[in-house]
Amino acid sequence: MTAYLLKRLAIALITLVLASMVVFAVLEIIPGDPARLMLGMNASADQVELLRNQMGLNAPVALRYLHWAGGLLSLDFGRSYTYSVPVIDLVRERIVVSLPLALIALALSTIIAIPVGLFSAGRHGRAGDTIAMGAAQLGVAVPNFWFALMLIYLFAVWLRLVPAGGFPGWSAGVWPALKSLVLPAIALALPQAAILARVTRSALIEVLNEDYIRTARAKGLPYRAVLWRHALRNAMIPVLTILGLQFAFLLAGTIIIENVFYLPGLGRLMFQAITQRDLIVVESVVMLLVAAVIAVNLLVDLSYAVVDPRLRSRQ
Amino acid sequence: MSLLEIEKLSLTIGDTPILRDVELSVAPGEVMGLVGESGSGKSITALTVMRLLPWAARASGRVAFDGIDILAASEDQMCALRGDDIGMVFQEPMTALNPVKTIGEQVAEGIRWHTRASRADAEDRARKMLDRVGLPSAQFPLSRYPHELSGGQRQRVVIAIACALKPKLLIADEPTTALDVVLQAQILDLLRDLVAENRMGLLLISHDLAVVTEMAGRITILRHGEVMEAGDTARTLSEQLHPYTRQLAQASMHVPARARTHEVGQDHPQRQAANPLLQVAKPLLQVDSVTRDYPGRRKSLLKRVAPIRAVDDVSFSIDPRQSVALVGRSGCGKSTLARMVLALDGPTSGTIRFRGEVITGNSEAELKPARRDMQVVFQDPYGSFDPRQKVEKLVAEPLHVLEKRPTTAERREMVAKALHEVGLSPRDMDKYPHEFSGGQRQRLSIARAIITRPKLVVADEPVSALDVSIRAQILDLFAELNQKLGVAYLFITHDLTVARAITDQVMIMHDGKIVERGRTSAVLDHPQSEAAKALVAAAPDLHRAIARRLQEQG
Repeated sequence: MTAYLLKRLAIALITLVLASMVVFAVLEIIPGDPARLMLGMNASADQVELLRNQMGLNAPVALRYLHWAGGLLSLDFGRSYTYSVPVIDLVRERIVVSLPLALIALALSTIIAIPVGLFSAGRHGRAGDTIAMGAAQLGVAVPNFWFALMLIYLFAVWLRLVPAGGFPGWSAGVWPALKSLVLPAIALALPQAAILARVTRSALIEVLNEDYIRTARAKGLPYRAVLWRHALRNAMIPVLTILGLQFAFLLAGTIIIENVFYLPGLGRLMFQAITQRDLIVVESVVMLLVAAVIAVNLLVDLSYAVVDPRLRSRQ
Repeated sequence: MSLLEIEKLSLTIGDTPILRDVELSVAPGEVMGLVGESGSGKSITALTVMRLLPWAARASGRVAFDGIDILAASEDQMCALRGDDIGMVFQEPMTALNPVKTIGEQVAEGIRWHTRASRADAEDRARKMLDRVGLPSAQFPLSRYPHELSGGQRQRVVIAIACALKPKLLIADEPTTALDVVLQAQILDLLRDLVAENRMGLLLISHDLAVVTEMAGRITILRHGEVMEAGDTARTLSEQLHPYTRQLAQASMHVPARARTHEVGQDHPQRQAANPLLQVAKPLLQVDSVTRDYPGRRKSLLKRVAPIRAVDDVSFSIDPRQSVALVGRSGCGKSTLARMVLALDGPTSGTIRFRGEVITGNSEAELKPARRDMQVVFQDPYGSFDPRQKVEKLVAEPLHVLEKRPTTAERREMVAKALHEVGLSPRDMDKYPHEFSGGQRQRLSIARAIITRPKLVVADEPVSALDVSIRAQILDLFAELNQKLGVAYLFITHDLTVARAITDQVMIMHDGKIVERGRTSAVLDHPQSEAAKALVAAAPDLHRAIARRLQEQG
């Protein structure tokens, strides 16, 4: 068990280092000089050169990478070129929007997907299954921004239950803040839930053919109890795998959804930073997202061991 | 009065008739044997009693258990019966238990469900039941997971689940088929004791006449969903009035006709000396002090663990055309040894020579000539073929080791010849594996094995998944090819009847060592080592079982 943990942790760290190198390299290659961008098109070559020196852009690549990576470790992400404030401050402001949003969406998609998967697998091939999977197919196909607009139209414009966009901030109180996150979270969660429901269903159907399901039935357990007690936990491994992979898509989805709902989150920050060539912000936010994805997948790996005792005893 | 009474039971799945007018009864304390080949409807009969049929199944007739009309009972009534009054044990112990739940949870679950007992009470009863089936708490605490147990131990857990609430009827569907003979004898003893203790009725389903004869007072023989013959076991099997009963009994005792000309080697030094030709004949396969270690399971990060020795200093040789059996209990190392002979795995120490050349430690390219002369037949005729490829391609698979790649026409000709040799039609070449029955598929794997004209075929339990009549045919085929093509065999089996039927010499393997070797009949009739004695004593034997029953009945 300890060996398994350490191995997973080591793999996660190596992935993180490699990812940071890729992120740094890609942004080095992209054309566009941040110094020139900050000073405007009229600046003289000398001025630009001076600023490049100040920003450390003329140092060798390896040195700049080490400096940058070292900064990340001490949570010093550098200063934003456009806002001229430390990146960490920008991130801190935004993460209190994006993190709750992502977590609510993740929880929602799981809460919707697993019961739907159970329902469908329990009625494999019958009308209920066909309808549920038809709906899931639709959920996979519909783009989340269009779905978001429909939600705004229905719940904000027509029913006037929630605001159509913007974020009042947590200082305005937990309830108003949550209310403005509900629609974006649903818009993010539903397509994910659709995929997850399909995975849950097929994993369950496979498990239901196993011999131990018959053993459980022969004990006298009703079908429903067998589904919940014996099938679900065995079907969790593929479900957890997909859940981990989906988290990355969820984060990517926040970029679009935060723009649709005018949420001052990390996704919107990154979108703006890209358009303004604010490379240091882009780098930092991307690294943050990468770290989040890697951390979630590490959690997924660890939860395998919780679900399956065979993984615990293996080296 | 009967406990279970089946009258005129007919069953269809979709439009396919599965059972027709099946009659069967089990009295309290009685063991009823239900015998038939695969597809005869034995398991479906059992599942009908449990009402665990596929949803497309439609049953008619009458199934009465303890006065309850099973076919008309509600699902709630059935749930109350299952696991409480009727228990069931299945064939495959390796997959019959939920891998993510402890054995304690799994045994206690049924107890809690039916008796509404508290967790502690249910676990207490589960503990007693596990003790009863031979899994004492010191070695097998409730917190053990199935993967930590062997096949025989897992089957004991399944029996504990089925018998936890002292059912009136136990249905055991091939409960020992997946186990080696020694474990089989132990499990059968356990079932016999449980029947005697609780006056439980036992419906024992098996394809093995010898097992059923040892266990059951009455027998029902099923074929294609119809009862062929039913009655007192000893009388039915000794008189063999029904032609199908006779066919089954003869097939189970079948010994292929073989000319015993290959008994050269250790047993006949004088003959070797007399014949200078034989003296120069080198052994085909020579295994010298071969050992194979596997890394042990690590308990902590820091401690070094002792390796597990799967094969321990084994030496033997096989002469050309000789047929040798490697017999042992499951886990004794026989499959590991076979993998090394096939150069699929390397020994930790020792050497293996094939046709005089050392093959251990060679690269794949260097192994090519050896691979050509050495082929393998596996146990499972269903799992060993890619279902999406045609027979031509499957049977031609080993041809890539030939020095010269054959043309398409040559290849088809070679496949046709191999198919013909194993008794299939060359026209079968364009079919897919699923179009063949189990026996025909095993013929396909044999065709694949002989297409390169090998000198040695390693066969790993090649007939244990087959029905008795098919098994007899496949054994005949092995005997014929031994004669016709002069191929030597290394038969890996735990079935002594197979060893007796087809091999000249037998090696008994135990705990990684070969503990006895000699002429097959000599070793099996007069075993010397403890391991061989245990195997012989545990092996069910139809003649012996019938004789014993007749004697008991006077």
